[in-house]
Amino acid sequence: MSMLHLVNKSPYENGNLNRASSIMNAGDVLLLIEDAVYGAVKAGKASAMLDGCTVSVLGPDLAARGISEDKLADGVNVVDYAGFVELVEANDKVQSWL
Amino acid sequence: MKLTIQVNEGPYQHQSSDSAYFFAKAALEKGHEIFRVFFYHDGVNNGTRLTTPPQDDRNIVARWSELAQAHDLDMVLCVAAAQRRGIVDDGEAERNGKDATNIAPGFRISGLGQLVEGAIQSDRLVVFGD
Amino acid sequence: MSGATKKFLFINRKAPYGTIYAWESLEVVLIGAAFEQDVSLAFMDDGVYELVKGQDTAGIGMKNFSPTYSALGDYEITKIYVEKESLEERGLTLEDLQHLVWEDEDDDWAERDSIHLVSRAELGTVMAEQDVLFNF
Repeated sequence: MSMLHLVNKSPYENGNLNRASSIMNAGDVLLLIEDAVYGAVKAGKASAMLDGCTVSVLGPDLAARGISEDKLADGVNVVDYAGFVELVEANDKVQSWL
Repeated sequence: MKLTIQVNEGPYQHQSSDSAYFFAKAALEKGHEIFRVFFYHDGVNNGTRLTTPPQDDRNIVARWSELAQAHDLDMVLCVAAAQRRGIVDDGEAERNGKDATNIAPGFRISGLGQLVEGAIQSDRLVVFGD
Repeated sequence: MSGATKKFLFINRKAPYGTIYAWESLEVVLIGAAFEQDVSLAFMDDGVYELVKGQDTAGIGMKNFSPTYSALGDYEITKIYVEKESLEERGLTLEDLQHLVWEDEDDDWAERDSIHLVSRAELGTVMAEQDVLFNF
């Protein structure tokens, strides 16, 4: 059983990304949407939270915020809404860290 | 995959309703079934007929109404949350002595049991909120 | 309604009164009881504040809904997970929280503690075991 962890807030705003990344079990996947995509920027301190996690970010939310994909931490996978749906399907349940 | 989607925030204030909408749309395009979209907390404000967004911006309420019509979606506003926040249909107006209704097309008002049922009947519950 | 029951976990991470999430989440739990699923609750981060004893809301003009937690046993909710680290970070102990119990009909209605104090890691395991995770 694997879980898809959904985080939508910037790690510089609150602790949700920290929470999700530290509680994730092996095999779980983290998807960053909305303001959480700032957490995937390599140059930002928060990207260290992603180490050891399988991470995807929503491309449209990156683009909206002017974040080019070359700025992302290594190993972060960019998906669109179709990819978001695929992640929901591929994991047994979704945990929205609100 | 059968999905229930929960939207916890109102239109414009948070991106939640937008994210939920695009997720729902993508799921339908991939041939998945949306069992229900359940609007809770301030999310019930997505069901007001009375918004007038600027011409050059998206019309969140109309967008949901159109999606519901195109795909025969069941979009439910939680009755307790709707009562608190003033989203009213004919039944609620009569029951609670209101002089107007404001519910948008494609939405219906019903109980929290609809969320629980959605969670039981669906393969996935996806929550969008703050 | 079809088939087997599902394991539902209602996750509470927000403090009471500053926002409505704590109360409106509880309303789902109460309604949900009628559906006879395998329901548990988890309190972590600021959610642990929801269970603190002695809430007096007169001065802020809001309904004090904290007595509702003590009724959860009557709704057959017997598993209430409270995260240890969240309490510690906030300078709280179990003593600061309401004593929540349920009555075991298989043991002459003996009163049992509903609250299970768990570590962050244990809570991760509890979450992994569920079918549906509710968040508000």
